[in-house]
Amino acid sequence: MFVALRDIRFARGRFALMGAVVTLITMLVAFLYGLTGGLAADASSAVARLPAASIVFGSPQGTALEVSFSNSSIGPAQLTAWQSAPGIGTVAPLGIAMSRLTSQDTAASVSVLGTGAALLPPLVSGRAPAEGQVAVGAKTARADRITVGSRVTVGAQTLTVSGITADRSYGHAASVWTTEPTWQRVSGATAPSALAVQPGSADTAALDRARNTRTVSRGGALAGIDGYSAEQSSLRMIQGFLFVVSALVVGAFFTVWTVQRGTDIAVLKAVGASSGYLVRDALAQALVLLLGGTLTGAAVGVAGGALLSGGGLPFALSGATVAVPVLAMVALGLAGAGLAVRRITSVDPLTALGASR
Amino acid sequence: MTTDEGSPPRVVVRLNGVRKEYGGDARALDGVSLEIRAGEAVAVMGPSGCGKSTLLNMVAGLDRPTSGTIEVRDQDLGKLNETGLALYRRHHIGMIFQFFNLIDDLSALDNVVLAAQLTGSSAKQARRRALELLDELGIADRKNMYPAALSGGERQRVAVARALMNRPALLLADEPTGALDSRSGEQVMDLLIDLNQIGQTLLIVTHDPHLATRCASRLIEFADGRIARESSLERTA
Repeated sequence: MFVALRDIRFARGRFALMGAVVTLITMLVAFLYGLTGGLAADASSAVARLPAASIVFGSPQGTALEVSFSNSSIGPAQLTAWQSAPGIGTVAPLGIAMSRLTSQDTAASVSVLGTGAALLPPLVSGRAPAEGQVAVGAKTARADRITVGSRVTVGAQTLTVSGITADRSYGHAASVWTTEPTWQRVSGATAPSALAVQPGSADTAALDRARNTRTVSRGGALAGIDGYSAEQSSLRMIQGFLFVVSALVVGAFFTVWTVQRGTDIAVLKAVGASSGYLVRDALAQALVLLLGGTLTGAAVGVAGGALLSGGGLPFALSGATVAVPVLAMVALGLAGAGLAVRRITSVDPLTALGASR
Repeated sequence: MTTDEGSPPRVVVRLNGVRKEYGGDARALDGVSLEIRAGEAVAVMGPSGCGKSTLLNMVAGLDRPTSGTIEVRDQDLGKLNETGLALYRRHHIGMIFQFFNLIDDLSALDNVVLAAQLTGSSAKQARRRALELLDELGIADRKNMYPAALSGGERQRVAVARALMNRPALLLADEPTGALDSRSGEQVMDLLIDLNQIGQTLLIVTHDPHLATRCASRLIEFADGRIARESSLERTA
């Protein structure tokens, strides 16, 4: 680190510029991570946080099975078969549909989930909905000035608000919860979309084969939310590109830096520095640059994201989750720098004497 | 000023039949054999391309002979790998270059400390010795200056301090006054004489007969890669 730290101090302008680039890229990556997490929660938290291990999708006889809440339908025979399967834990019908909630003079798109009280998010106030009732999320209640006992219109049905729940959402719309029969009246569907299951010791594969259903884990069921996979994969692809750009930018900087230092490296070798010492020194320099840039960028990204999320932007980033992009940036940056500084090993100390072979 | 404090062997450098070819019939060295004893100041002179710089590079462990052996303090350089040669240069050799070859990003003091850092010396010890050397060389007040802010003579003094930092058995100088004005050149020559008088073994490659006769106790003249003539010198004032 002897030469590395003094180089940084001497060429502070160049390193500050490069550190600023790393900071900006990390900010962008951290912001994208937060946005990805926020959009994921906004699109899926109603399913992702269900107290169920598996989701069962079905299709009417003779149609293709797919993991899709929009296209899935559980018929009465399928429901009965699952509920009466030997060893099964719990089976709860789950209906999901998009609708519109109108309260007094406000209206908003909502996702309507019809299921039993066991799958309801924690209640903030009131109680679980009975027939003709609905529970709304706290944020929706605040925004639309809804309280327990309010009358709201969901779709074409007028319902009484029985309780206020913790916030959940589905398909980027706040979720409201009701019973499965009420949900059928709101959505116009005649059967639940899926089943939320604790499989217990039941042979779910055999049930799937026998009843033309498909069981996936709760996490796997998120792919059944319209647009979820495409949205997430697009954001992750941008993150991937940013990681590659970061590695290339850091690699390019250290390539130019190493070339510029060619004579100094030759002199250092001539006075006894080994290639290993010089490579370690250069990588330590890269590490200082990357840690400085990424930690600053992550801090600014988290702070900026927190400010933006106050304005309604879906953004979810914690200290633990921001560690992932920071570590990835540092690791990829070091890989880029490592490729760049390996040319140190080929510098001939004889060039320090101005000789040519 | 101190030099190597151990008990160096009487012969510090021994070349035996050293040959260096660069492909075809081009021979930089053609069977050179010589010995340099502890405390000697040897000047190597000759026209450009005669092989004197190649000789210096070989002894510094910066280049390898095509055939023949080079031993420094009984260590056969041909048996050392690249890392071994780096360690050899670090611990046994001090080098002074014509164009100083200081690291521009380091202050004068750090350029000198650097040599000790490579050997793993403690930062405190290294700094103390570097300050002693800069003081003895009369440039202690310039310790925080970067090379670009120093005169040629000052830069060469910093380079000498760096070369002496690890108490080398052998100090190699490649045209040490070649880039200096006459006054600075004389100062560097005085410095080399002082070092030799306290026991530092010197090998100086130069075109300058004045430098050779002032600083060296023995002159080796090269021609076409061979030793053409060898003579003892009486130092001039």
